[in-house]
Amino acid sequence: MIRVVLPAHLRTLARIDGEVELDVAGQVTQCSVLDALETRYPVLRGTIRDHDGGRRRAFIRFFACEQDLSHEQPDAPLPQAVATGTEPYLIVGAMAGG
Amino acid sequence: MSGVRVLVGTRKGAFVLTSDGKRQKWDVSGPHFAGWEIYHVKGSPADPDRLYASQSSGWSGQVIQRSDDGGQSWEPAGNKFAYDGVPATHQWYDGTPHPWEFERVWHLEPSLDDPDTVYAGVEDAGLFRSADGAQTWQELPGLRGHGSGPSWQPGAGGMCLHTIILDPAQPGRMFAAISAAGAFRSDDAGATWRPINHGLQSDGIPDPDAEVGHCVHRIAMHPSRPAVLYMQKHWDVMRSDDAGESWHEVSGNLPTDFGFPIDVHAHEPDTIYVVPITSDALHFPPDGKLRVYRSRTGGDEWEALTSGLPQQHCYVNVLRDAMAVDSLQECGVYFGTTGGQVYASADAGDHWAPIVRDLPAVLSVEAQTLP
Repeated sequence: MIRVVLPAHLRTLARIDGEVELDVAGQVTQCSVLDALETRYPVLRGTIRDHDGGRRRAFIRFFACEQDLSHEQPDAPLPQAVATGTEPYLIVGAMAGG
Repeated sequence: MSGVRVLVGTRKGAFVLTSDGKRQKWDVSGPHFAGWEIYHVKGSPADPDRLYASQSSGWSGQVIQRSDDGGQSWEPAGNKFAYDGVPATHQWYDGTPHPWEFERVWHLEPSLDDPDTVYAGVEDAGLFRSADGAQTWQELPGLRGHGSGPSWQPGAGGMCLHTIILDPAQPGRMFAAISAAGAFRSDDAGATWRPINHGLQSDGIPDPDAEVGHCVHRIAMHPSRPAVLYMQKHWDVMRSDDAGESWHEVSGNLPTDFGFPIDVHAHEPDTIYVVPITSDALHFPPDGKLRVYRSRTGGDEWEALTSGLPQQHCYVNVLRDAMAVDSLQECGVYFGTTGGQVYASADAGDHWAPIVRDLPAVLSVEAQTLP
């Protein structure tokens, strides 16, 4: 079970309270987690990464285990603590705008 | 008694303002989609309870919202705006070719007769259409592909398609306007397009009377006389009497002919409204006085409308989609400001009063006349 934390605006958009818990089959990667998230909440398609190609939106960041994973390869395995649900996978709206 | 619903898009959410036919007391609902930029909210002429809203943010991109109960509840719709084929290039600010990239929806124009059909004007400039209530969108590529597209350049606010007008008398005829490319017309439901900018003069471009490149801010039409178009250009208020084939200036005695919105009285096709703004460098009213100007002669002769509007220390702007009229017997006129005020006049502009004073900066105002 994977725990995912979304920024407030996206929780409101998807009508989510608190963390999302996802079952991800196979290897747990950023791509597989986001695929599972968008399958459960189709309204999030296009709001975290592009519709086509999956490129991360510029002001969205991915954190876990006190690391910035935003620039990691989408298919790279996530830390074991995320894969086991010990630590959440954080989708963050970057601080911007002054 | 019939009533009015005013749909307001702001930098931080949407608001729905409703009143009875007297338009003196208002109910204010919102913010809807709090924290998001709402570039435009508009209702279907065929079903006034069907509303569409463009919701966007720099973080999370574009969302389209749809309501089937007049804005009491909303459901997200489709937000995939994929340009047709391989995106071509337009000119970037430095003159280099730049691939078309979708940024946001500026304007939503529901069909005149089908609530499920709606057009979207987007940045980078393109025109999309949905025939399934905004669930899926298809580009009408003939506009970008008609020939001049590679020469289009963005204005300071981005290269946006901000005006879509559907001709009620001639099915298939539609108009679009792009900053900073100009005005365009299709006579075959958007399949093919051509520029309609003959007569425009713009000193800010190398060839002042070029076929394209003009910074058109807004176009308005009265449905009873669709061959007559009114335009607020970057500078100059213009008029066409032949569906855009040619334009002539009608700025007349305006204190400045820079501005953004232009609109037409619901029952008087020759009565038009603009809000003069000092200049492109000074985006606020001249002399700190917020004045709507009305012409009852289709341009050239203008009168200042000031009753109820601040006449000192006012330095707000009124953006291109932030003015609207209702079609009650005594035409109501509405506009919103970057200072968060929405002003209403229930007597065609003679007297004004704020409905609300402290909203976020207003991006768009639309008015629906309810049965």
